Amino acid sequence: MKIECPHCGLRSVEEFRYGEIPRVPESITDPDARDIDRIFMKQNPLGMTVEAWFHDFGCRRWFRLERDTHG
Amino acid sequence: MNEFIEARVGLRWGEQKPSYDVVIIGGGGHGLATAYYLATRHGITNVAVVERGYIGSGNSGRNTTVIRANYGIPASVRFYQHSLDLYRTLEAETDRWIMHKEKGILWMHHTEMGIRTERARAHMNQAFGAQTTFVTPEEIKQIVPEVDLEGGGRYPVLGGSYHSSGATARHDRVVWAYAEGAMARGVDVLQRTTATGIRVEGGRVTGVETDQGYISTRTVLSATAGHTTTITDMVGLRMPIRTHPLQAMVTNHYRQTFGPIVASAELAFYVSQTPRGEMLMGAEWDRQPSYSYRSTSEFLRSCAAKAITILPFLSDLKILRQWTGVCDLSPDSSPIMGMTPVEGFLVSTGWGTWGFKAIPAGGEQMAELIATGRTPDLIAPFRLDRFARDRLLADAGSAGTQ
Repeated sequence: MKIECPHCGLRSVEEFRYGEIPRVPESITDPDARDIDRIFMKQNPLGMTVEAWFHDFGCRRWFRLERDTHG
Repeated sequence: MNEFIEARVGLRWGEQKPSYDVVIIGGGGHGLATAYYLATRHGITNVAVVERGYIGSGNSGRNTTVIRANYGIPASVRFYQHSLDLYRTLEAETDRWIMHKEKGILWMHHTEMGIRTERARAHMNQAFGAQTTFVTPEEIKQIVPEVDLEGGGRYPVLGGSYHSSGATARHDRVVWAYAEGAMARGVDVLQRTTATGIRVEGGRVTGVETDQGYISTRTVLSATAGHTTTITDMVGLRMPIRTHPLQAMVTNHYRQTFGPIVASAELAFYVSQTPRGEMLMGAEWDRQPSYSYRSTSEFLRSCAAKAITILPFLSDLKILRQWTGVCDLSPDSSPIMGMTPVEGFLVSTGWGTWGFKAIPAGGEQMAELIATGRTPDLIAPFRLDRFARDRLLADAGSAGTQ
């Protein structure tokens, strides 16, 4: 599997580190519950999603990546 | 499963009824074991197991079949040791040959830090009932003469632990044994039936929608693996689960008997010999969250490199097959079992890359919880609310897959 780094081009996924973007649902209003959700709960989307990736063995910069988790 | 095996195993498929006492979503090891123990230990047989593919087609059929209890925290050691004990008697209990073989597991370390951790873990294991002893490089060489103690010059073997009760079993036979036992007592296992929704009224489960029709029930257990959040989304439950692929491969057969299971902690690599003589091996889970069953050449390359670093003879073998499963990983690398804020909706998840060994105990304990309505002491620490209560069970080092 390869990932397109906006700075370095197409590189193997082994060079990258995954970073989740926490998205706490609006329906959770209690501040403590929002903290718990942000720390532990996951989006785990099935399909197209936007993620943060860090190019560990390359430019060492964060970037946003749109990816299909189904395919 | 082909017709020949079906006829021999004696599976009797049920017809979907409009109502059940318990509906279990997921016809893998955990789901079927729960149904089996509900029927055998608690006399609850009005149970349906809903499976979207065929039984054992998920991670129960894709793992590397290692059974062990050498975990790093007391709650886990107790739980997995109980599971290991249940595996030992499973053939006698079900009257089915699951090809269970106790062969021991050698867990090697290549750093000073790793040695320290391993020594502590061996003591802790003994204190809580697991047979684990610390071993020196010389002892490792005696247990597995094939090991390269130099580790290719880069990963010298400094020591490790030997867990003598480590075992393997044939994964699909475990699934069939539980399925057959449950079916014989009246449980309906419904293959090619996909759960498409869960009906909740006033905070309580009232039924399950499937593509084969609606089932009315007051108790639903989610025993799915990679698709845990697909199910929990149906009741609006937030879960600390992320789905990552885990890959494995086997070589052609090695002509000699290779005794124990061998694992390397720092390399994140493990290998054992199947009853057919193939060398079965796996490594860490894939970094990207994904539901994809696609296997990669990166895995073959990195896993093969690790394999020949500690067991050079493997370079003479050829890779036969590779495959991928999708795993439900929890933040603290421990499973999540028990009740949820939705009344009547239970989960058995977070089995990540360590679910096969836990099938008997997971099933038995979830069955007790469903039958009695009380969480058994053995699985109480693994409750879902441990995250909000800040009672995490961090044990990533014992998974061997990261």
